[in-house]
Amino acid sequence: MRLHHVLVVAALAVSVAVHAQAPDRTKAPRPGTPPVLKLPSIQKRQLSNGLPVWLVELHEVPVAQVNLVVFSGSAADPAGTFGVTNLMTAMLEEGAGSRSALQIADAVDFLGADLAAGSTFDASAVRLHVPVARLADALPIMADVALRPTFPQEELDRLRQQRLTALLQARDDPAAIIPQAFARVLYGARHRYGTAMAGTAETIKALTTAGLRAQYAASFRPNNGALLVVGDVTPDNAMALLETSFGSWKAAGAATPIALPAVNPPSTREVYIVDKPGAPQTQIRIGSIGVPRSTPDYFPLQVMNTILGGSFSSRLNMNLREKHGYTYGASSGFDMRAAAGPFTAAAGVQTDKTSEALKEFFNELNGILQAVPADELSRAKNYVSLRFPSGFEATSDISRRLEEVLIYRLPDDYFSKYVQNIEAVTAADVQRVAQKYIQPGRVAVVVVGDRKVIEPGIRALNLGAIKPLGIDDVFGPAPSVAR
Amino acid sequence: MKPLALLIALVVAAPAAAQSPTAPSGATKIDVPYTQFNLANGLHVILHEDHSVPIVTVNMWYHVGSGRERMGRTGFAHLFEHLMFMGSGHVKPGEFDTLLEAVGGTNNGSTETDRTNYWINVPSNALELALFLESDRMGYLLDTMTPQTVDAQRDVVKNERRQSYENRPYGMADIALTEMLFPDGHPYHWPVIGYMPDLTAASYEDVVAFFKKYYAPANASLVVAGDLDTATTRKLAEKWFGDVKGGAPVEPPTIPGVALTSVQKKTITDRVQLPRLYLAWITPRHFEPGDAALDVVADILAGGKNSRLYKRLVYDMQIAQNVSAQQSSGRLASYFQIEATPRPGHTADELQKVVDEEIARLQQESPTAHELDRSLNQIESSFYNRMERVGGFGGKADQLNAYYTETGNPDSFNEDLGRYRALSPSDVRAAAEAFLPRDRRVELTVVPEAKQ
Repeated sequence: MRLHHVLVVAALAVSVAVHAQAPDRTKAPRPGTPPVLKLPSIQKRQLSNGLPVWLVELHEVPVAQVNLVVFSGSAADPAGTFGVTNLMTAMLEEGAGSRSALQIADAVDFLGADLAAGSTFDASAVRLHVPVARLADALPIMADVALRPTFPQEELDRLRQQRLTALLQARDDPAAIIPQAFARVLYGARHRYGTAMAGTAETIKALTTAGLRAQYAASFRPNNGALLVVGDVTPDNAMALLETSFGSWKAAGAATPIALPAVNPPSTREVYIVDKPGAPQTQIRIGSIGVPRSTPDYFPLQVMNTILGGSFSSRLNMNLREKHGYTYGASSGFDMRAAAGPFTAAAGVQTDKTSEALKEFFNELNGILQAVPADELSRAKNYVSLRFPSGFEATSDISRRLEEVLIYRLPDDYFSKYVQNIEAVTAADVQRVAQKYIQPGRVAVVVVGDRKVIEPGIRALNLGAIKPLGIDDVFGPAPSVAR
Repeated sequence: MKPLALLIALVVAAPAAAQSPTAPSGATKIDVPYTQFNLANGLHVILHEDHSVPIVTVNMWYHVGSGRERMGRTGFAHLFEHLMFMGSGHVKPGEFDTLLEAVGGTNNGSTETDRTNYWINVPSNALELALFLESDRMGYLLDTMTPQTVDAQRDVVKNERRQSYENRPYGMADIALTEMLFPDGHPYHWPVIGYMPDLTAASYEDVVAFFKKYYAPANASLVVAGDLDTATTRKLAEKWFGDVKGGAPVEPPTIPGVALTSVQKKTITDRVQLPRLYLAWITPRHFEPGDAALDVVADILAGGKNSRLYKRLVYDMQIAQNVSAQQSSGRLASYFQIEATPRPGHTADELQKVVDEEIARLQQESPTAHELDRSLNQIESSFYNRMERVGGFGGKADQLNAYYTETGNPDSFNEDLGRYRALSPSDVRAAAEAFLPRDRRVELTVVPEAKQ
């Protein structure tokens, strides 16, 4: 694939003379033609049980990354059992096949491997990173963990107490409170996106091994997943190893389709304050319901958000950090999931500048609705498109990119068309998506800070109704943890 | 000028591998071929080619960190790092980032006690832009520096301190710990982020003096790595850095001998619900005998579910939420730290009793060969994993610069790994015995603030 971009005007001028005197610094050197990224070729195979295998050879370092992904995540948690998928995936390593939790950890550590199981809202995965010389030893352990988990009761009890304690600790940390408070305000307690993937104290206490097994059976099945292999392997040796470990995996039926309820974005602007007495900073999140990953506006949104808060030179960061010094960093982003995730503008600001910072946030959220100057647009497009090759360097980078293609069913030419899709974005596109998705009068404003210090200033801004939000409203009552 | 053009692919004789098919592989060597030379102004340059993706990285280390600060100006080296992104003689304020973003580049920097590093990653067509920017701030930073620039970043840094320490649970414990370990006046006593009044006091004049003293080419080393041609890049480095004026040599840091002679005990409060225990010892410097063994001690005590402290405190007894152990290696001194958080209803004292039992056991009996091999296999893997990226923090360029800075040899990968492969179980026991004494250490406890 060839990377074109609009700023290329000069070929790379390579000086070969030895420079005795100062070089000409009056103009920054213009870059030459952007280099060609040879996209790694994705070899698509399948095992005898139909499980798809996507394989990318990368021979620079003698390591391999193997991911088993299934296309069901925390969004599939049934009502009343929020947290079941997250705990189920954590339990995969706590007993599998004939091995105990300690035996699995010992075998993996002894191979110098990393084995991790986890979930997002849209997928669950078991991921192995290992020196390629140990791949054949590590795959059977990975297969046990992914295909033959035993869900021992005593390990569930242990993880349950650990998670309840973690929930208790999260209440201490403004940076941990704020995303949950923001999600709860936007999505409410019933929509899956309104509660942390780990669930609440109430749901965690109610989870059973039977519930974990049922959730496992519903999501981990060869017709609902794929294997990704990236690294210092050849298709022939890798396929033989994978067939041995995963080829006989069978499961009847089909995964249950996930239907999340529709949710309305805020119809007015409301401010929620979580009190954190004595906090030297206020955590701020402003935003609304954003877009699903399938949005046709994906590329314009990438460019628009880069300008607003997606790069160091973005407007939010330049204003709140570089111009005013209110914060260590301000940013924005669209969390795109199978259904519409949140759009969030975010910063932690010094307590005594909270209202000033909020004012500047809204200046920028309003400003992005206007036409974007040409130089700012081209810089943002170049930043997104020319940085593209750096996402193909390490085995884990590539495997995550492949996962995204699989989970969200992106087209086969997604990578090869990525740069031209970014380059096609116009100033009108940017303005259109800004006006469509950023409506500064219809957002939730959530802050975690020292309420008695910050509330008068926030009130004076007249942003909208101010509502207190208790930590219990976010996390439920403080969990009691068994001794 | 002393040009030292080398092209090296080191082959290090490794110790014999253990017999099990899954014991440390031993024989594998890591190749990072490079070329190095000095410019007339004293700048040391190291070049490394890696064409796997079309990106290059420009990685600069200045051999100065918070350890060179004077009393009343703590945090200054890090504040100065922020000023390095604010423009220079031929780069207008704000342009450092906008020029790089316009070509798809990213950049960052960081400050530690002994060094400050900066990196720029760009697509390989923009190498010369990155060299221009990096050289311009080395040669001409003060041309655009103003008191207002210092003020703006002073506020940003104060907010970094609030965000990373003051408003983060247990954040102030990290600061208290080194204050207790290292005596007043020792370069590691105060935090890299600095104290608020000192950040307030930092002046424009301080910036000028610090730049002139520590940011000369002879006190820096540059690595350019990635999709580049060595001969061409050498000429480009000469072109862009050749006009930067040399400076007076920086005297080597004095290394005050430092040791704890008793138990230093302290309790601090924080806005947290669970207490936390910290135990810490002053330990051998990076690459000194004992340093590598203490990395293995940390693994055997708290690396993974089967480690001794994790298994007892978290897995079996379930009286701790977490436990960690770490050897933090520095140029003037290192410290070894154990950290554990009791579960609700349990105390830091209960945890300390078990920790002390396990340290004593490791001091008396050597670990098993299995425990040692498990740790060595993980360390060996980490060396491979560190080869996957060329730029950024911890990429190959950053590692070449780190090894050059600390050992004089950029390609110390195999010697470094060899330190671990050479360890025997009794070496690990001996390190625990020699360096983790119960009567000479820091015991810090964080307790919840009293409820109002």
